[in-house]
Amino acid sequence: MNIKYDRRSFIKTSTVGVGAAVLPMTMVELAFAKPSENFTFAYISDSHIQQIKGTQFVRNWDRGLIRAVAETNLLTPKPDFIMYGGDLAQMGTKPELDHGAEILSKLNGKVYHVMGEHDYYLDLGEYWSKLFGRQYYSFNHKGVHFVVLNSILTYDDWTFNRWPTAEQRMAEMAGLDNPNGSPFMVGDKQREWLKKDLAKVKKDTPIVVFSHSPLQKIYKGWNFWTEDAEQVQALLAPFDKVTVFYGHVHQIQYNQIGNIAFTSAMATAWPWPYPQSYAQAQQLLPKLTVHMNRADPFFERDATGWQFIDINSGRASATFNLYNNSTRTVAFDPQAGHPKDKTYQDEDQRIAPQVHY
Amino acid sequence: MKIASVIACAALALGATGVARADEFTKEDLARWQEQFDGVVKQGRGLWTDAKLGTNGVVCAQCHPNAANTHPETYPKFQKQLGKVANFWEMVNWCIRNPLEGQQLAADDPKMIALISYATWERRGVKLEPGKH
Repeated sequence: MNIKYDRRSFIKTSTVGVGAAVLPMTMVELAFAKPSENFTFAYISDSHIQQIKGTQFVRNWDRGLIRAVAETNLLTPKPDFIMYGGDLAQMGTKPELDHGAEILSKLNGKVYHVMGEHDYYLDLGEYWSKLFGRQYYSFNHKGVHFVVLNSILTYDDWTFNRWPTAEQRMAEMAGLDNPNGSPFMVGDKQREWLKKDLAKVKKDTPIVVFSHSPLQKIYKGWNFWTEDAEQVQALLAPFDKVTVFYGHVHQIQYNQIGNIAFTSAMATAWPWPYPQSYAQAQQLLPKLTVHMNRADPFFERDATGWQFIDINSGRASATFNLYNNSTRTVAFDPQAGHPKDKTYQDEDQRIAPQVHY
Repeated sequence: MKIASVIACAALALGATGVARADEFTKEDLARWQEQFDGVVKQGRGLWTDAKLGTNGVVCAQCHPNAANTHPETYPKFQKQLGKVANFWEMVNWCIRNPLEGQQLAADDPKMIALISYATWERRGVKLEPGKH
């Protein structure tokens, strides 16, 4: 299954109910040996709904999510489910989570949720859990084992002892470049759970993992980072086909580490610069990634969006809908053994995945 | 001749020990000026993360962590969206007016100077390239 989801094909084909997507989300296709088992899901992330006061919210961020929801509902074929990748709120408050949940309630179809740090550090996920349920879990869908982790935990001392108020703790973690923040981690308890969860799964079952932070180390200064990434990767290593999707970074990234293919999601709220554009820092952006264009600040939805993902033969093909640029598709290439941008992949860019430490 | 060589030797000796150059700034001056600059950079970082700079609580750092992707070293440059050659402060004001929904600042407003100082400091060491895109 290899549907081309771009604006033109959507406009041309939508009347006959085939194509998809003018849209700011990530849609994901996972493909299987049996074509009948192929399916897609939509992936929306990082909306950062931000309260000004009372019933006033930052219009710009609201619009990003409203647009993603509306466009996701237009997808044909209809995605099997929608994954929300975390950071629904900006400061983790009830009004923000409620407002975000209300916008998401317009989605047609089952929605799964991933915890983001902006949802968590005010009340340690209490209200979020009331709205959306468990913070880590797994489920099976058409032969794929899906795992959702809460990867934005950190050291207990930082969480419980460092800050005089919950509001300050949230504000300190909310600043991406704030040196008072603390590195994300999955933690012992969840890794123990993951080990048990995966023990029941056959090694040839495709595994798709969702986390908010990258389960790889890219740039610690902005928490494009998970402290125990290698330990989580080790638990995934025995499986033949593993795909990890993550939010948090507000940009397209992809990578291959051993058997694990990584693909990020764009934000519906605003894009982030690639870490290498911060002149004072070293970072480890995956060399496989063909960067997005720098965003045009005059077009507030530029470089934001959503994605749809097609699962074929247990491998994912993620299509990124960019509002001001060409649609991008990053698909696992079985020959190369890693994800590749289908368009932006010149001969001389076909390099081996980086060695990760 | 003799006097000249004595002077030359004296100058060499002084130069070697770094004691005296004509009209050199004093260490105290340099330290004070650096301190003044650092203070303004610090104010700028404060404003960069200040929810009160605009009216909706959005801060510069939300989209520009460490002032990344602002490229102060490329201004003045032709800004296609404005249709003219613009300076960095005009782009700062664009962001204050739009994503931050705030009131623009005068080019010489101490707050604007602080914001520019911070963004430029984060680009220290990067080659000056006016006009670059």
